[in-house]
Amino acid sequence: MDIVVFTLAEQLILTLAALMLFTSFLLLAQTRLLTLIHIFALQGGLLCVTTLVIAFTYGRHHLLISAALTLGLKVFFIPILLQRLVARLDIKREVEVVGNPTLIMLGAAALVLFSYYAVLPIRELSMLATRNTIAISLAIILLGMLLIISRRKAVVQVVGFMCMENGLLFAAVAATQGMPMVVEMGVALDVLVAAILFGIFFFQIRTEFGSLDVDKLNRLKEVD
Amino acid sequence: MNAWILALVQTTLLLLLAPLLSGWVKWVKCKLQSRRGPVPWQPYRDLAKLMRKEMVLAEHASPIFRATPYIVLSVTALASSVVPAFAIGLPTAAIADVIVMVGFFALARFFLSLAGMDIGTAFGGMGASREVTISSLAEPAMLLSIFTLSMTFDSTNLDSMVHFTLTQPFHIYPSFIFSGLSLLLIATAECGRIPIDNPATHLELTMMHEALILEYSGRHLALLELASMLKMLIFGVLITNLFVPWGIALAPGVASLAIGTLSMLVKLMLIGVVLAVSESVLAKMRLFRAPEFLSLAFVLSLLGMLSHVILEVH
Repeated sequence: MDIVVFTLAEQLILTLAALMLFTSFLLLAQTRLLTLIHIFALQGGLLCVTTLVIAFTYGRHHLLISAALTLGLKVFFIPILLQRLVARLDIKREVEVVGNPTLIMLGAAALVLFSYYAVLPIRELSMLATRNTIAISLAIILLGMLLIISRRKAVVQVVGFMCMENGLLFAAVAATQGMPMVVEMGVALDVLVAAILFGIFFFQIRTEFGSLDVDKLNRLKEVD
Repeated sequence: MNAWILALVQTTLLLLLAPLLSGWVKWVKCKLQSRRGPVPWQPYRDLAKLMRKEMVLAEHASPIFRATPYIVLSVTALASSVVPAFAIGLPTAAIADVIVMVGFFALARFFLSLAGMDIGTAFGGMGASREVTISSLAEPAMLLSIFTLSMTFDSTNLDSMVHFTLTQPFHIYPSFIFSGLSLLLIATAECGRIPIDNPATHLELTMMHEALILEYSGRHLALLELASMLKMLIFGVLITNLFVPWGIALAPGVASLAIGTLSMLVKLMLIGVVLAVSESVLAKMRLFRAPEFLSLAFVLSLLGMLSHVILEVH
């Protein structure tokens, strides 16, 4: 089955999926904190647009609430919260990357290939036009994980965590046309609470260790 | 026979338009920076002046140095005949596909680098080494993004690629977005524009293309300048016609050819404005950041290929 058999709206969804994957790559390549947060907001915006397109194309109007939640939380609330934290913690400087950036990029491409092969059997079961996006959403989750393990700064790790959550939500929206409302509300609340808790933790870590570098958490305080 | 004349007209037209595009970009850039700037047809005057000037040749210049301007210009003109500019179905398009076109550019660059080193000055060698470094990174990325396109088109011939898009109903291909972005990045690197190289600079430490042709003067310099302008035009025509082919004449005829030429001019003007804006916004990168820039282009074309495989087939 080729892309030409899909309707224009379905092609648009596939394009948005590809763009979301691209923003994940941008997150991996970006070393400046504020730009990183802006790209994260952009990814949230793409997720919101995808949800809207699916809601209107398939007539799933409960997805509109989900889109509004995404818009409020992922595009505005969490990025603004993180931006304020960065301003208040005074860490607008560059974040360092662990390892070789080119290697990380190639690893990311390998992860995309891996997720493609991993979901091949699942894809055979689905009859939806947008089933190809399962591989993309798995790739977004894995890339979020890669972002967490390749960076040391706590703020970037939180962005990586939220990026994984974006991938999960994208899978739910694009591959199965939305979860039950209760689950979606619960996830949104979870993310909200997590973001606030992370903010509090940042201050705790900073006052305890004098830095947001998570490698310092491994060291015993008495030894130093 | 008629088609051959048309093909000849196309190559001549592209050759004649090339200085205008580069003058247009310079003019828009000056306007954006609130300067008066030279008129868009200034490059013609510069070329005419260079043609009249006396040539100064180094004492130990070998025949390669003297032959290079002619080789570079003729190879670039040959490449321009392959690209569908305002009409498709021209007989010249069957000469070579896009891989050969990349090869044409590589041939021109090979002779340019030889000529740069031939004269024995430090700048020529430095420029040659930089040019080859950049192109060795840009070429794989360019080929990868072209392969992504040809997976959709089932062809590497530019003419049939454009024909495919024109005859099919409109579809959104996710992989095209990535290939297009990647080709834009590669084109800026290949044509020596900001952020890789600054065409206006004559500061020895930063220049690349200018360092290569530093020893040329008079007619030779005019030919090389024209070749680099033509190369920029070819990339402009290639990118616009691959991704936005609408307007190109499908069948010969005065009306459709006029529409084709007009749409080509409009597209070139637009891409000139895009180039001027991006050059005003961006700063030139350090030479050692260039591999990062080109690896971004490579990742983009890789993503294009992946999204083709994952999203567009099956």
